[in-house]
Amino acid sequence: MDARTERTIPIASANVKSGAFEYLTTKKDELVGWARKFSLFPYPFVTACCAMEFMAVSSSPYDTDRFGAALPRFSPRQADLLMVVGTISHKQAPVLLKVYEQMCEPKWVMAFGVCATSGGFYQNYAAVQGIDRIIPVDVYIPGCPPRPETVIDGIMQLQDKIARSKHVIV
Amino acid sequence: MATALAQRLQDRLPLGVEVADGIDMPVVTLPPVALLAVVGTLKGALGFDMLLDVTAVDWPGAPQRFEVIWHFYSTTQFSRVRLKTRVPEQDPTVDSLVPLYGAAAFMERECHDMYGIGFRGNNDLRPILLYEGFVGHPLRKDYPKDREQPLVPYRTY
Repeated sequence: MDARTERTIPIASANVKSGAFEYLTTKKDELVGWARKFSLFPYPFVTACCAMEFMAVSSSPYDTDRFGAALPRFSPRQADLLMVVGTISHKQAPVLLKVYEQMCEPKWVMAFGVCATSGGFYQNYAAVQGIDRIIPVDVYIPGCPPRPETVIDGIMQLQDKIARSKHVIV
Repeated sequence: MATALAQRLQDRLPLGVEVADGIDMPVVTLPPVALLAVVGTLKGALGFDMLLDVTAVDWPGAPQRFEVIWHFYSTTQFSRVRLKTRVPEQDPTVDSLVPLYGAAAFMERECHDMYGIGFRGNNDLRPILLYEGFVGHPLRKDYPKDREQPLVPYRTY
C-alpha cells in the first residue's frame, strides 16, 4: 500500500463533555454593554491640529485598536462614536449637527481637546464655545492637544459608561 | 536696496503719491483716486506682477477711519512694495484690482467680510470666510469679539 491510503485522520471527540466550562449566567445589559464597549466604530470629525494627535493615538505606538475602537467609518451611518477632533466654527456647526443626526442609535460623542470641549482659547465670534451647545457629549478630553494617554483614558471612561448603561433591545 | 527701489518708485509714480522706506519694504501712501493709475504703473513699468495681500486697518476715531493696504511682489526683481490709502467711515470704498490681478477677487471678498470695505468693480463680494446672514464686520474695533451669531439653535436638553 502506498503512503496516501495508509494515512488516517483522527476524529475529534467533539461530543465528549468535559464539564469544565459550558455556560455562564449574566445580565442582558451587562452582556450587550460588554459587546458594545469593545466594538466602537468611530467617525472622526477632524477639523484642526488635534488631528495630528488623533493620528498618533490611533497608530501603532498607542494603538486604540486594543480597545476595539480603531476602525474609523467614514460614513456616519456606520459609526457609533462621533469623535469631534478640533475647533468647530459657527459656519461648520450645521454640518456637525447633520452628521450627528445621521448616526444610528446607540451613539456616543467624544469631545477631543479643549476646542471641542469649551472653545479653548478661541473666545471669539467665530468658534462654538464647546460642542455641547449643539450636541450632547459623553466624554470630554482636555488638553491642547491631549496626550495620547489622556485619549486612551477617555476611551476607557467611555467604555465604563457604556458597560454601566441600560441597553434597550427593540 | 530698498532705498534704491524707493527712489525708483518715487521717480515713476505721479505727484501726490508719497514713497517712504518702511522697515521691511517701501511704503507708498496715496489718495484713493490715484489707486488704479499707481497700481497700473507698478504692474506695467515696475514689474510688480504678483498681488500678495489685500487687508485693512481700523483706526477708530480717526477722520479717515479705514486704512486699506495692498502688498505686491516682483517675481523678477524679488522685491516687495506696500500700498496704503485711507477711506472715511461713511463711504469705505476703493477701486477693485480685479481687472489687473485675478488674485484680488477672493482677497477683496475677505477684506469686505472682515472690515466692510467696498471694492468698486468687484461684483462678487459675497461672504467667503463668514456666512450668509452674519451681521457686522468682526475685525472692526467696534465689533465685540465674543458676539456670536450661531447658525443652529443651542441645545436646551
